[in-house]
Amino acid sequence: MNVVSKMEDLRIFAPWVRIIKGENRREQVNVLLRSLGVPILAFALFLGIWDSAAKSVVTSLGQVPGPSQVFEQAKGLWQEYRAESVKEEKFYERQEKRNAKKLAENPDATVKWRDYRGRTTYPQQILTSLYTVFTGFILASLIAVPLGILTGLSQTLNNAMNPIIQIFKPVSPLAWLPIVTMVVSAVYVSDDPMFEKSFVTSAITVMLCCMWPTLINTAVGVSSISSDLLNVAKVLRLSWWSKIIKVVLPSAIPMIFTGMRMSLGVGWMVLIAAEMLAQNPGLGKFVWDEFQNGSSNSLGRIMVAVLTIGFIGFLLDWMMLQLQKYFSWDKSAVSR
Amino acid sequence: MSAHLNIDHVSMEFDTPSGKFKALENVNLKIKKGEFVSLIGHSGCGKSTVLNIIAGLYQATQGGIVLDGKEVSEPGPERAVVFQNHSLFPWLTAYENVELAVKQIFKGKKSKAEMKEWIEHNLALVHMSHALHKKPDEISGGMKQRVGIARALAMEPTVLLMDEPFGALDALTRSHLQDSLMEIQRDLKNTVVMITHDVDEAVLLSDRIVMMSNGPAASVGEILDIDLPRPRHRLELADNPMYNKYRADVLRFLHERHAKPDVPSSKVA
Repeated sequence: MNVVSKMEDLRIFAPWVRIIKGENRREQVNVLLRSLGVPILAFALFLGIWDSAAKSVVTSLGQVPGPSQVFEQAKGLWQEYRAESVKEEKFYERQEKRNAKKLAENPDATVKWRDYRGRTTYPQQILTSLYTVFTGFILASLIAVPLGILTGLSQTLNNAMNPIIQIFKPVSPLAWLPIVTMVVSAVYVSDDPMFEKSFVTSAITVMLCCMWPTLINTAVGVSSISSDLLNVAKVLRLSWWSKIIKVVLPSAIPMIFTGMRMSLGVGWMVLIAAEMLAQNPGLGKFVWDEFQNGSSNSLGRIMVAVLTIGFIGFLLDWMMLQLQKYFSWDKSAVSR
Repeated sequence: MSAHLNIDHVSMEFDTPSGKFKALENVNLKIKKGEFVSLIGHSGCGKSTVLNIIAGLYQATQGGIVLDGKEVSEPGPERAVVFQNHSLFPWLTAYENVELAVKQIFKGKKSKAEMKEWIEHNLALVHMSHALHKKPDEISGGMKQRVGIARALAMEPTVLLMDEPFGALDALTRSHLQDSLMEIQRDLKNTVVMITHDVDEAVLLSDRIVMMSNGPAASVGEILDIDLPRPRHRLELADNPMYNKYRADVLRFLHERHAKPDVPSSKVA
């Protein structure tokens, strides 16, 4: 297959390729207008409404920022990051020189290597948030998938789990957090902790809130396996374990991924609240600190965070969709 | 004479919300080695229940199944089943579907190369060599059923059980598959128990047709020996007076003596 026809397979490129090829141009332009023009127009309209609405509201921190102010703040955050990177580079350069000089004067001298401790920058906060949400999400999946499989296999266990799931599923992260904080403080005691307590608390809160969709979907996926397939497993005298690996797990994979995709979405939403209260140095803490800081830039910077959170949430969902498409044999289950 | 497969005074009761439902009453049938037996009857007469009991997927309430002098009570590959709706694993290719069965059964008995050859051999038997690496949703219904048959044959079953194997296929595909099955049967001489509701299919394929009376408490109504020379060809048989007589006999049994009651009883297929 050549590159052009490959590009044609991708929905975004298809109209462009066809226009270049000269295949009924008018229709392709229409396709483009509908698929690209309409969303762009809608977004521009949204920015316009935001701008005019923002001007009319004045808070104690000044005017509510419009799109252009928010863009300024985003630039500011980026510049802070660049400046901080330069500082860090210089710090290590100086340290290197200092230590080299010391060693040159006296080869036996003990030299100290220190880590740079500057301000936490916005990109670092984003990374912290991602790291935390994935820790919580992976922990949740490790519990929810096996438990979901067992629940789906046994009607008794299903009856047993059902009330527990129904009761804990709607609980807000803000309700879990105090309990998790206290339990982590009591249980996770170490002189040289591998992880910060705030990180552990946030990750566990994310886990508690986001395991339910995976658990429920896995259980439904497993319990709806066709009885014919299970009969084949019986005729083949598959052991319990190979039945799980070769029959149950693959048939439930599409549903498991649907659940995991929902779970990651819930986890990302919950994370921001958890970080605010637990003071985990991610986007949640950034928002909280800006709110407490209360400078004239704060609202704009919070808006940057809002947009970042939304965009990353969208990327995470897209990523899970691609994974789901790759692993699912049942392509019809992926469209959701 | 001790039979190869003995369905010995089998009765079957199901628990339903409205009490016990007696599906089978004293079903008695002895099948010889290499014999092709069809079970025919109206839907709901319990023919699938008989097959599931032979397969070991159901446990008879009374009586039991004796295969080569040993009672069988649980499923096993020596009684391979071809299910009505193919039941292939949708995430595996045709080759992998057969491979799953072969690996499980010939673990430690065949080398890797032997297994590969055996899988390909069985898929060739059902004329599926051209689509070894296609997944079930990429092939037609008839092809899926062919793979299902290949998987069952690859288990080297003592008895091959077929539950309306061609019931969901169109007439033309069905006759192709019937021809394939006769061709395979000529070479392998398996013992086959097949469920069908198609009179032509039963007469064409079988050595004996077991006609089942209507449920509840269904039982063996009549047994008809089909004494037609093999190989059989459907076109030649169309003018064969014996063939037409057998056909008429089965039809008469189904529609005169055991016509479906007007008020259907609770349905257990």
